[in-house]
Amino acid sequence: MEELANLFHGFAVALQPFNIMVMILGIVLGVIIGVLPGLGGANGVAILLPLTFSMPPTSAIIMLSCIYWGALFGGAITSILFNIPGEPWSVATTFDGYPMAQQGKAGEALTAAFTSSFVGALFAVIMITLVAPLVASFALQFGPAEKFAVYFLAFCSFVGLSKEPPFKTVAAMMIGFALAAVGLDSITGQLRLTFGVTELLNGFDFLIAVIGLFGIGEILLTMEEGLSFRGGNAKINLRVVLHTWKEMPAYWLTSLRSCLIGCWMGITPAGATPASFMSYGIAKRLSKRGKKFGHGEIEGVVAPETAAHAAGTAALLPMLSLGVPGSPTAAVLLGGLLIWGLQPGPMLFVEQKEFVWGLIASMYLGNLVGLLVVLTCVPIFAAILRIPFSIIAPLILVLCAIGAYSVHSSTFDVVLMLVFGVLGYLFKKCGYPLAPLVLAIVLGDKAEEAFRQSLLGSQGSLAVFFSNGLVGTIMVLGLIALFWSAIQEGYSRLRAATA
Amino acid sequence: MSSHGGSAGPSHKAVEAGVTLAIALFGIIVIIGSVKAGINWGAEGPRAGFFPFYVGLLIVAASAMNFRNTLREDDGGVFAEWGQLRQVMSVVVPTAIYVGALPFTGIYLASMIFIAWFMRWLGKYGWLTVTAVAIGMPVVTYLIFERWFMVPLPKGPVEEWLGL
Amino acid sequence: MKRSVRVALAAGIALVAGQIPALAGWEPVRPVEFIVPAGTGGGADQMARTIQGIVTKHNLMKQPLVVINKSGGAGGEGFLDVKASAGNPHKIIITLSNLFTTPLATGIPFNWKDLTPVAMLALDEFVLWVNAEKPYATAKDYIDAVKQAGGTLKMGGTGSKQEDQIITVAMEKATGAKFTYIPYKGGGEVAVQLVGNHIDSTVNNPIEAVAQWRGGKVRPLCVFDDKPMGYDEPITDGKAWKDIPTCKSQGLDIEYLMLRGIFMSPRATKDQIEYYVDLFKKVRETPEWQDFMKTGAFNTTFMTGADYAKWVETEEKRHELLMKEAGFLASN
Repeated sequence: MEELANLFHGFAVALQPFNIMVMILGIVLGVIIGVLPGLGGANGVAILLPLTFSMPPTSAIIMLSCIYWGALFGGAITSILFNIPGEPWSVATTFDGYPMAQQGKAGEALTAAFTSSFVGALFAVIMITLVAPLVASFALQFGPAEKFAVYFLAFCSFVGLSKEPPFKTVAAMMIGFALAAVGLDSITGQLRLTFGVTELLNGFDFLIAVIGLFGIGEILLTMEEGLSFRGGNAKINLRVVLHTWKEMPAYWLTSLRSCLIGCWMGITPAGATPASFMSYGIAKRLSKRGKKFGHGEIEGVVAPETAAHAAGTAALLPMLSLGVPGSPTAAVLLGGLLIWGLQPGPMLFVEQKEFVWGLIASMYLGNLVGLLVVLTCVPIFAAILRIPFSIIAPLILVLCAIGAYSVHSSTFDVVLMLVFGVLGYLFKKCGYPLAPLVLAIVLGDKAEEAFRQSLLGSQGSLAVFFSNGLVGTIMVLGLIALFWSAIQEGYSRLRAATA
Repeated sequence: MSSHGGSAGPSHKAVEAGVTLAIALFGIIVIIGSVKAGINWGAEGPRAGFFPFYVGLLIVAASAMNFRNTLREDDGGVFAEWGQLRQVMSVVVPTAIYVGALPFTGIYLASMIFIAWFMRWLGKYGWLTVTAVAIGMPVVTYLIFERWFMVPLPKGPVEEWLGL
Repeated sequence: MKRSVRVALAAGIALVAGQIPALAGWEPVRPVEFIVPAGTGGGADQMARTIQGIVTKHNLMKQPLVVINKSGGAGGEGFLDVKASAGNPHKIIITLSNLFTTPLATGIPFNWKDLTPVAMLALDEFVLWVNAEKPYATAKDYIDAVKQAGGTLKMGGTGSKQEDQIITVAMEKATGAKFTYIPYKGGGEVAVQLVGNHIDSTVNNPIEAVAQWRGGKVRPLCVFDDKPMGYDEPITDGKAWKDIPTCKSQGLDIEYLMLRGIFMSPRATKDQIEYYVDLFKKVRETPEWQDFMKTGAFNTTFMTGADYAKWVETEEKRHELLMKEAGFLASN
């Protein structure tokens, strides 16, 4: 029970007026960062890090982690309203969130997204409070082979979901893998597929592809249908929040599952992006309403958002207890800790009790404050859809260009964004699914890297992927997910035969 | 605004075949690049081009199947009507000019002209509204990105002259 | 923007009126971009952001200093960007060993001589670490074990064909032992992989592994420098950085230090270089910087001008030789 006493002490620290002020400021900044494409959580925290040097470390980390929460909340807004994911982990939110907005249910989608985010984060924080040391030792078991198994599972739980023709799905996913491979090969340190073009040194950044494929592509599709965004009739009052809340308990199972997936992905650390995709894929398979996913199902917003937020929160745990960041943003926060003279690692929980528990308490409070802030803004966000298309479209295009530019400060990326936009339009019209392409860009090079690291370690033996209980179990789960539909069919046939 | 000029347009089949061929071409480029990087299984596991090579092969193979399917399924439908395509191009072409001009004019001036053009020609707004939005948005952007978050955006001669 | 216009106009008027005082030398008139040729959260990034924080806190510059990560192609993106900004004094870059290794390994058209050297801020040490649960007490014990295992013991490091792997190859050359080198994305990850026993040793920088050392999870065997590190404050178990023996004294005759230095765009004037040298001198005097040096057990050598250029030139030759021997040079 020492933990609880520490936690209450932490609440006392976090509830100091200055810290509460810092918290609200952090949330607001974070939401802005999350909304603007290109200014991701990692960039935002990095940019604001030096500004916090003059604060006491506890206040500083509270502010930075609140920016982090805010960015997690904010990423969902543009995904739902405009089909533009501001953050990688909000891509899966667009699948059902954007159709909901088009049906005039933007308010419901936003409420569901924010509430699920809160639930996911809360679950993860409770886990951090109660079982931190245990979890840290679990994270240590993840070497390259285990990481590859996790990526494998993420892919398997997601492929085979699209209704598009299988060869188009294969083509789209392979294009994603090919794009992910461009640039420096991290295992051999040599350049590949760059053909001497220096602009390609970076490879293809996920965000630029997504801004183009989803954001610009959607605007072009809208142009084809005439000059209007659908969904302008969204309700813009706060009653929609209560109305949505009444519906949400029905999805408790999906929520719980997503929380677990999110925590697991956050700790290992694979990150929030695979968590959101995996959670969406699994929900689609296991849910009764799974068949309707992709057409504006509220459960399709709940699953990825819960998992992404749980992962984002859980990612802070390995950072604090091991000194290894679970996400790029956590990596920047880690740098901040070092600069304030706090050494993350096994000793932090012992030596810096006040700081650690102040931070954990601020996670509870920061999330609550964040939820309140964004929920009160739901009507405002929903009202954005009422702005006439010919005003909002050029503004979105300009913001997309700025977003694409600020990822690497390169105007070449803006050109790429437009190319991806036209591709997104053509692909969508020709029935190529975009989701597998995006998933492959995000995880392709990481999966390849983990695979090759494993083989280096095992002297080239593939047996490494079944060499212990942990990695073997994850691989088998992946295989089950891959052949799920076949298994299901066999099962129902078996039942029919016995009946 | 929807000026549907009849139901004529490029056939869906032709466009899709074109897209499929372009994807296959991309696959071939990937294969060439991978061969350059080394595609065999070296002493330390697969080399840099090993995975991209098979990825490229799969792209080409899948495109071949897609191409066959495209040719077989001919529903005689159009990809989009010419009027609709004109609408799409009325966004793509100015955006392309905007993107092309960015490195030279800087983002602010280009954005102002782009927003003004879009609102005036496609939205038919009055000059007052057009001017307010076209100037307001870049100014807000400037304040948020450059002053607040200190993210430098591309600048051109005008900004240079203003000393921003 | 209005205000900025006014400021600009005011500045213009002042200029015309000849009111710009006879300020000694040059000063930035726009925000200065501080390029980091590595990802967010890494060692170079941490140092750059610490400097940014110090400059902001102590008001060392009138214009803001803006950190920008350009990590593509093992940092090649950042180097090429600065190379292309000839005559733009508002761009500086912090370098690590990839200043040499990236062009050599990838063949991108870049050489450090394309940039203007400003100052060496510090040198980063490298330490040989093993998991604390393993029985190796000295570097010799460990090397013997590596030899016995015949190439199956794993050395983890940051990146491929970069400093960590260069040291690994140098160790192989010096002892005849064989390692399996596994590249990871960042130093922190490498340290945790060592704690989790997924690899057998690392050559992490002190700052990357200090947390795990304090937690009693890893053990330092020796430092790749000609003398022990100068920090005698106990870190864990009564041991200080100073107590780590040099590798040379352990029969492993290898020295390797990594440059943490500043360069600026080509064709900089003398005044401009002097401005930045002066700035970094001020940064080095702040207590925050000294704390940072202590946390990371840095070697605080400071060099500017011809000394610095000469040092870099020697290092470049050494890297070329080391990488050639290791077979790391780009083939094309």
